[in-house]
Amino acid sequence: MKAGRRGEWLVTLPSLGWLVVFFLLPTLVVFAFAFKPADPFGGVGEGWTTATLAGIVDAQYTAIVWRTAWLSLLTTALCLLLATPVGYAIARAEPAARARLMLLVVVPFWTSFLIRIFAWKVLLHPEGALKRALVLLGLAAPQATLLYTPGAVLLVMVYTFLPFAILPIYAAAEKFDFRLLEAARDLGAGRLRAFVEVFLPGIRRGLLTAVLVVFIPALGSYVIPDLVGGPGGEMLGNKIAQRVFVDRNLPHASALSVILILAVLLPMAAVLLLQSRPRREAAVVEEDA
Amino acid sequence: MASFLEIEGVSKSFGPLKAVEGVSLEIRKGEFFSLLGPSGCGKTTLLRMLAGFETPDAGRIRIDGEDVTALPPNRRNVNTIFQSYALFPHLTVRENIAFGPRVAGWPRDRIQDEVARLLSLTQLEDQARKKPAEISGGQKQRVAIARALINKPDVLLLDEPLAALDLKLRQRMLIELDLLHDQFGITFLYVTHDQGEAMSLSDRIAIMRNGRIEQVGPPAEIYEAPRTSFVAAFIGDTNFLEGRVAEIVAGDYCRLEVDGFPPIVCFNDKQIGQGRTVSLSLRPEKLRMWREKPEDDRRHNIVPGRVEDVIYLGSHTKYWVRVEEHRLAVFEQHNRFLLDETPTRWKQDVWVSWHADDAFMLEAYSEKDEALTDRPPERVGEAS
Repeated sequence: MKAGRRGEWLVTLPSLGWLVVFFLLPTLVVFAFAFKPADPFGGVGEGWTTATLAGIVDAQYTAIVWRTAWLSLLTTALCLLLATPVGYAIARAEPAARARLMLLVVVPFWTSFLIRIFAWKVLLHPEGALKRALVLLGLAAPQATLLYTPGAVLLVMVYTFLPFAILPIYAAAEKFDFRLLEAARDLGAGRLRAFVEVFLPGIRRGLLTAVLVVFIPALGSYVIPDLVGGPGGEMLGNKIAQRVFVDRNLPHASALSVILILAVLLPMAAVLLLQSRPRREAAVVEEDA
Repeated sequence: MASFLEIEGVSKSFGPLKAVEGVSLEIRKGEFFSLLGPSGCGKTTLLRMLAGFETPDAGRIRIDGEDVTALPPNRRNVNTIFQSYALFPHLTVRENIAFGPRVAGWPRDRIQDEVARLLSLTQLEDQARKKPAEISGGQKQRVAIARALINKPDVLLLDEPLAALDLKLRQRMLIELDLLHDQFGITFLYVTHDQGEAMSLSDRIAIMRNGRIEQVGPPAEIYEAPRTSFVAAFIGDTNFLEGRVAEIVAGDYCRLEVDGFPPIVCFNDKQIGQGRTVSLSLRPEKLRMWREKPEDDRRHNIVPGRVEDVIYLGSHTKYWVRVEEHRLAVFEQHNRFLLDETPTRWKQDVWVSWHADDAFMLEAYSEKDEALTDRPPERVGEAS
């Protein structure tokens, strides 16, 4: 028993060490920098101060923090809304068809992330195919802009993160016992009610995982708003980059990062707490004949 | 009595496979009716059509006069007990039972009262707050029953509900099911491949085979008067002998010619004509074994044979007796166990007898039925 514990520790040690050196320590450095004054050469000054943190409580950030929050939340919500029916449909498909459908989900990863975003730039461009099609159909005014808006950021974020939401939801749906839906119908529930009251709780872990893997990277988005966002579509990630590369003010960038890190850690802790509670549920679908 | 659940010419195919073919049944209100058959005979498909999970390709299903053929499962007053129980894992026992009433929108206190009543009826009060994963198989079974019965269905469909339980628990649940049926007076439609369950519970049984009904009747009638050799072979054990009707005797009796046997007298209730080929079904428990030739009263058939195998089965012993090229299975009860009685052994010469009324003749007998009958393994290197 004791030896087993020690063995476990030994095996965990390398990854733990890796996490401490490359994740925990840098995070602590970022936290520490947030309490340092800036020096004019792009470095970090002497002594400690709370002035930097106080400095970010500024009107120029409220809009960006707000936009970062709603874009990330909306991205997460839309991804879940789209991924849940997709995960359900793939899980219910014939086993042979499932592999093919899953291939379709991951096929975008074969193309570089940057190239796919540039493709969206082309599509959304004022002279782009999508824009022209919309104008032709009378769905957009000729002078309307699609690119460089928060809407464009939202669209590309949903596009980018959707596969990451489908994967955990499908994984959970595939293990779901679909006879439970028949049982719900049998007991008087309509299609939608059975789906909401029996299927969704049944794939809860998959949904929570999907929330994490979409919401966290969405909060930290930098490339997508940088390329399709324009000044009206900037997010916190862009501001941090500006503070580092343009202003060369590391403490200021650190202070902004602290906000972002806390915004990521808090929901993650909440989800992990929710996921760890009903451990037993996983082994439920019983001894079948 | 008028029929309550009417199934009229129902058929269902899955691609080239005809799962159910032209099945018609009339089930009375409050009846305990079983669908019995080997796996793949279509009984579960028929049940799923009654529940509304499958739509028949042809035919109608009526409950209490109302045509429900096209109604979705949630609009039928029919509930199912699934073989896997299909309890909702994220809900407690109490919430599982309350699911139906909650969906139906019963008032809160009525739900509470009814759930409490069913919890006590199924002795699940102590489990009410537990999740399905935390209770035993028998308790899950009871939750599934309570969850279905609380809706007061017109018909309760049971899909092999005891298949996942061990023998002792199965026997206890069998009694509980029987009691519940008496208590609620709901029509039960029970699907099983276990003839013991069907025989002990049912008012009537329908034997299914290849998507069709072979015979419908009370358990005793099915057992004592099977209409086809399939039914005879499927229900209980039997010996089949191929023969030919040689002569009609005294109206209801006939004399049969079977290779290797003296002429056999048999009750001919089906009035099978002279010269027809038949299979004679002999139940092993209707055969008696003697060491001395018994007295011939002309109502019994008596044949000499030799014991080839003895299989002790606890409540009875099964003997394989060779009569020329045939092997007959004979059951002997141990109800007269005496210490000084010498047990029958291998290679012993015996006489086998049965009453002319205890065997029945069947016209249809095919290769497929053969597979259902229990045959002794041929012994290697043994001269007969």
